[in-house]
Amino acid sequence: MILGETEIQHFLRLAQQGTEEKERERALVSLRRGLQHPETQQTFIWLEGSMRTLVGLLTSNQALLQLEAARCLHELSHSEQSAVAEACLPATSYLLTYLSGHSSDFIELCLYTLGNLIVESEAVRRQLLPQGIVPALAACIQSPHLTVLEALGYALSQLLQVKEAPEMIIPSVLGSTLPEHILRLLQPGPKLNLGVAVEFAWCLHYIICSQVDNTLLISHGGLSTLGLLLLDMAGAVQRTEDTGLELLACPVLRCLSNLLTEAAMEVVGGQNQLEDERVVAALFILLQFFLQKQPSLLPEGLWLLNNLTANSPSFCTSLLSMDLIEPLLQLLPVSNVVSILVLTVLCNVAEKGPAYCQRLWPGPLLSCLIGTLAFPDIEVVGQSLELLQLLFLYQPEAAKDFLQQSGLQVLERHQEEAQLQDRVHALQQTALHQ
Amino acid sequence: MQLPPALHSRLAGGPGAAEPLPVERDPAAGAPPFRFAARRVRFPREHEFFEDGDVLRHLYLQDVLTQVTEAPERPRVPEFTCQVAGCCQVFDSLEDYEHHYHTLHRNVCSFCRRAFPSVHLLDVHILEWHDSLFQILSERQDMYQCLVEGCAEKFKTSKDRKDHLVRCHLYPADFRFDKPKKSRGPATPGAAVRASAEAPRDDGEQSGGDAMEVCSEHAASLPEPVGKRRTSSHRIPSTICFGQGASRGFKSTKKKKGHQ
Repeated sequence: MILGETEIQHFLRLAQQGTEEKERERALVSLRRGLQHPETQQTFIWLEGSMRTLVGLLTSNQALLQLEAARCLHELSHSEQSAVAEACLPATSYLLTYLSGHSSDFIELCLYTLGNLIVESEAVRRQLLPQGIVPALAACIQSPHLTVLEALGYALSQLLQVKEAPEMIIPSVLGSTLPEHILRLLQPGPKLNLGVAVEFAWCLHYIICSQVDNTLLISHGGLSTLGLLLLDMAGAVQRTEDTGLELLACPVLRCLSNLLTEAAMEVVGGQNQLEDERVVAALFILLQFFLQKQPSLLPEGLWLLNNLTANSPSFCTSLLSMDLIEPLLQLLPVSNVVSILVLTVLCNVAEKGPAYCQRLWPGPLLSCLIGTLAFPDIEVVGQSLELLQLLFLYQPEAAKDFLQQSGLQVLERHQEEAQLQDRVHALQQTALHQ
Repeated sequence: MQLPPALHSRLAGGPGAAEPLPVERDPAAGAPPFRFAARRVRFPREHEFFEDGDVLRHLYLQDVLTQVTEAPERPRVPEFTCQVAGCCQVFDSLEDYEHHYHTLHRNVCSFCRRAFPSVHLLDVHILEWHDSLFQILSERQDMYQCLVEGCAEKFKTSKDRKDHLVRCHLYPADFRFDKPKKSRGPATPGAAVRASAEAPRDDGEQSGGDAMEVCSEHAASLPEPVGKRRTSSHRIPSTICFGQGASRGFKSTKKKKGHQ
């Protein structure tokens, strides 16, 4: 129900000065219901003294009024208008203070409210940082309550993904105890809660892709935690306990992929390496899961596969020894983006030399390649040409097979294409001179 | 996508890396006109590669946030009364009781019965209001600590602290938990103050009155609690409190039902 000025004033007066506690609570409940409507929200914020009264109720020693007042604020925080979020500025110091309380329902409410306000207004963020939101969250993350943790993860994830986060927020987050706690909450095992893990995995993703100080996360064991989590998720898929798993898999894959690009990873045999081939097995189980449930996440999974195999003879060998080339080829028809990534991973394997190419051909690869050469997408064709070059170079016999499968005719189709001609020509020469 | 059956057992097996096949590169590989080079790829924030996954995340959050708004109907139980001495608040849901307890009975100063939202604020209050040693020391050094967690600043007077809170931490000038003490003394311990049933104060102030001040202005006018000299910080007597220091997790009322 949309409330007008008079009604809002009436409910506020009743809440503040009513004689019976139940009556005061009910007044706030009515106000809250009204605040579900944008029109009421607007009327409320422009009404003089309304926020002041609400904050007064939020900080009163009447617990249930406090709770209802917090719920009213929470409604306001849903507004998509930054003016409404900014009207809530007088309440933020209290919301933060209450994070170090003990009432888990109340804390949860404060956290969701903060998270919502953070998204809607830069002015709110500019106030929350000096008010100490980062230390407040760092203290609150030690709560044993799962509902509180999930709400905290949400609020933190919203804070980390704002545009000014890399300069203004992430450095202080990294300087706090938050990273250790985040990684602790992502440890696989019986205590892992999916809702909580999802939030903190996204937090980690926003931190990592901002590239502020990923070495710190690696030194806290981030890589091994995420790797074990990947294994755990694959196990859940195998047990078909996979509802909503894609929500966790997505940020985890991103974190792993980006962490692998850090310079710290170049130290071969270093203690923070990811060398366990079960990671590859787990990844393929997830890829199969994505194919069935969420194909839009296949590129992200293949991105990780690229980063695992690019500089790793060991992982490339694993792909071969675990018979994963065929399953990989089965993904080619999904989409152009997926095809390019599959072909790139195959190039990663092929470029390591004859020992690898011997395991790629003879096999189904060549006929698949002739198929992708016929794709209408230039980049797919281009990547196919790259793979062909490697194959012909390290496994010359494959060229003969190529000719026998009428590969030349397919190549000819691209002779006039500017971006492809030089490579097409070179391959034609190679094939013919076998 | 068909996966080899052995893959599943590999996952269940122990960690290990494959012994890599020998690597042997030819300089012609990836040489012009070809261009392939194996390399790890990094995607920064806002890269369009993340679009699809981000949409998934956004849709999920919309679901979650809608659920939070539709506050679940709290399970109702037969009415019961708060068992804390002097409190006669009645409840019909455990969640409401939990919040009431934490707000009014959890971090309570045993000297003056004021309730605080956190252990931290309670500790600061006790120090600044009820610790005579504090008063002595504060004449010689900066003792008024900043209230913001993580800020180590200390100040000579509570006014200086307030100025700091307002200027550096953008706190409101009338922050409730940093009100100077009114010149009338606090209630003495033992006086039955029924915090929850208190009529709202209609003195133009934010309702709830002065239940949560932290700092003291005029230590000299503070009468000693009747009958006792206390020189150390004192919290709720251990019979009520769940133990000093560290984590005082709320013990579920479900466990305590029947013997409050």
